[in-house]
Amino acid sequence: MNIHEFQAKELLRRYGVPTPKGSVARSVEDVARVGASLAPGKLVVKAQIHAGGRGKAGGVKLVNSVEEAKEAAASLLGATLITPQTGPGGKVVHAVLVEEVAPIAKEYYAGITLDRESRRMCLMVSREGGMNIEEVAEKFPESIVKVFIDPRFGLQTFEARALAEGLGLSGKELFAGAAVFMNLYKACLELDASLVEINPLVRTEAGAIVALDAKISFDDSALFRHKDLLELEDLTEIDPQEYRASSIGMKFIKLDGTIGMMANGAGLAMTTMDIIQQMGGRAANFLDVSGGASEEMIAEGTRLILEDPRVKAIFINIFGGILRGDILARGLLMGLEGKASPVPIVMRLVGTNAEEGRQILRDSGLPFTVAENLSQAMERIAEIVRQQ
Amino acid sequence: MSILVDSSTRVLVQGLTGSEGKFHGERMMQYGTKVVAGVTPGKGGQEVLGLPVFNSVAEAVRETGANTSIIFVPPAAGADAIMESAAAGVALCVCITEGIPVLDMVKAMHFLEEHKGMTLIGPNCPGVISSGKCKVGIMPNHIHKEGSVGVISRSGTLTYEVVGQLTAEGLGQSTCVGIGGDPLIGTSFVDVLRRFKDDEQTEAVVLIGEIGGSAEQDAAAYIKEEFGKPVFAFIAGRSAPKGRPMGHAGAVISGKSSTPEEKVAALKAAGIHYVESLAEIGATVRKVLRG
Repeated sequence: MNIHEFQAKELLRRYGVPTPKGSVARSVEDVARVGASLAPGKLVVKAQIHAGGRGKAGGVKLVNSVEEAKEAAASLLGATLITPQTGPGGKVVHAVLVEEVAPIAKEYYAGITLDRESRRMCLMVSREGGMNIEEVAEKFPESIVKVFIDPRFGLQTFEARALAEGLGLSGKELFAGAAVFMNLYKACLELDASLVEINPLVRTEAGAIVALDAKISFDDSALFRHKDLLELEDLTEIDPQEYRASSIGMKFIKLDGTIGMMANGAGLAMTTMDIIQQMGGRAANFLDVSGGASEEMIAEGTRLILEDPRVKAIFINIFGGILRGDILARGLLMGLEGKASPVPIVMRLVGTNAEEGRQILRDSGLPFTVAENLSQAMERIAEIVRQQ
Repeated sequence: MSILVDSSTRVLVQGLTGSEGKFHGERMMQYGTKVVAGVTPGKGGQEVLGLPVFNSVAEAVRETGANTSIIFVPPAAGADAIMESAAAGVALCVCITEGIPVLDMVKAMHFLEEHKGMTLIGPNCPGVISSGKCKVGIMPNHIHKEGSVGVISRSGTLTYEVVGQLTAEGLGQSTCVGIGGDPLIGTSFVDVLRRFKDDEQTEAVVLIGEIGGSAEQDAAAYIKEEFGKPVFAFIAGRSAPKGRPMGHAGAVISGKSSTPEEKVAALKAAGIHYVESLAEIGATVRKVLRG
């Protein structure tokens, strides 16, 4: 689960990580109220969407007064921002963060995430702040300093100081930096974050170490023990169809092709997507109905695919294990509400109770192409793609 | 031979009293697996499927001589169940549970380093089966046939797919291992390949990878250097949109590419038979091995 920058900063402040003074605003009136609580002078108005690259897309505006901040907010609120991370459709701005601006001496990067290889959380910093960390790793690999944190003891003070030294900090600033890293780790641990990223972390001209931006992603598997964090989820950021699927335990991702697809298991679903491409088409979606899918889930999956007007055909690829063929067939008929599908459905159904499933489909009298095997299903998909 | 599980395997089921544990416990027994006990804290003394249920893994091991555990407990209790098995001296632990919190697994992995001696398969995996001998997992029984092809996979249903094709082509399997789809797993492709190398029954191996991480490149490097048996590989997700399922900082730390192109290139460079189409895997293995 992802949250907004202003929410991440509010959480980090609770852990003693310094952030610029400011607050979220959802209307121009809100901006006036927030502005009145801040020191007079320069302000920054930042669009709150779940995507990086906001600055280059015009989503971050530096202003000289509350009046200008109101104008900036008026132009951002309700606008659609397109960044490399939003996808071509962009994202609508529903809130802005209004903050005080302090003169910056230097920008850094700090981030914590899992390192698969060492099987530990890794706190990583760089003197090259403000740019994408992948880019930093490519252009300035020597600028990156990492600590792999021993889960038995947690991050030690000397390790945090070594990271601060790695940024070239000294004197009081070294200790301020080390304190930020200790607190970031504490936040990551206690919040079950899969990623805490501060980019940039800055040293102000006054010598403070401040999180100028903040990104936190939570481990979805751990949210059961953080009920309070669930309230932070912004449903406007989530595709409504993807949300409908995930709320009943399925994984649905909207893609840009014309062949709808359904499979059981992530690996088979990915491969089914690959097969569609191999046959010259493009998948309209990714849908893993999961091993334990019920009739209702299959029905909802069918509806989700058919709701997309671009869908010209559907490929259902099921290797029945725990998911039985008869459940699949009944769920499919439920999703079609007993009517013929408006687009051709090509099905490959093998495994547990596959014959029962095929029989149910035959008995329905509705048109389905039930392939004998995978190769035959692939040929049929190729034909459909050619006819388009 | 075969690897990891065979007729000497004695299985205890952590979570036998739950619906999943009971369902798959029964299927394993039908396959011929020696399931000897169940463990559910607080339910010791009960009997399920004719098996005694114990309060702890240690007690179950002491009373029944179980040497292998399979875990069906809810995600919140998953890491604890793994550590309990390790502390009780179980030799092999198969964790089926999906959705264990990452930080719990970080802790469990460290616990395993200090309690050496237990091999962990998974979590979030379909388990292990030595065809005709023993199943410690959730794969459908009827698709498997005893033979000489080893299978390793990160994905459940794709494993069944490949096994189904091999069996249809008349090629039996020695052992099939689903290593799991989580970012932190106990046993890697390379760990399993090392065992297949020393296994006389295994003549060739099919490896099913997917996007993310760099386990396939590690496997390719190992195969190139010392494996010495034919390997067939397939990577799922070649058409997946970039960036969507992956947390970006993770890829940076490992410093290796997680793209399918990199994986396929590494596998081909290691002399592995890369199969472009899923539907062709069984037929390709038969052609190469049997002509």
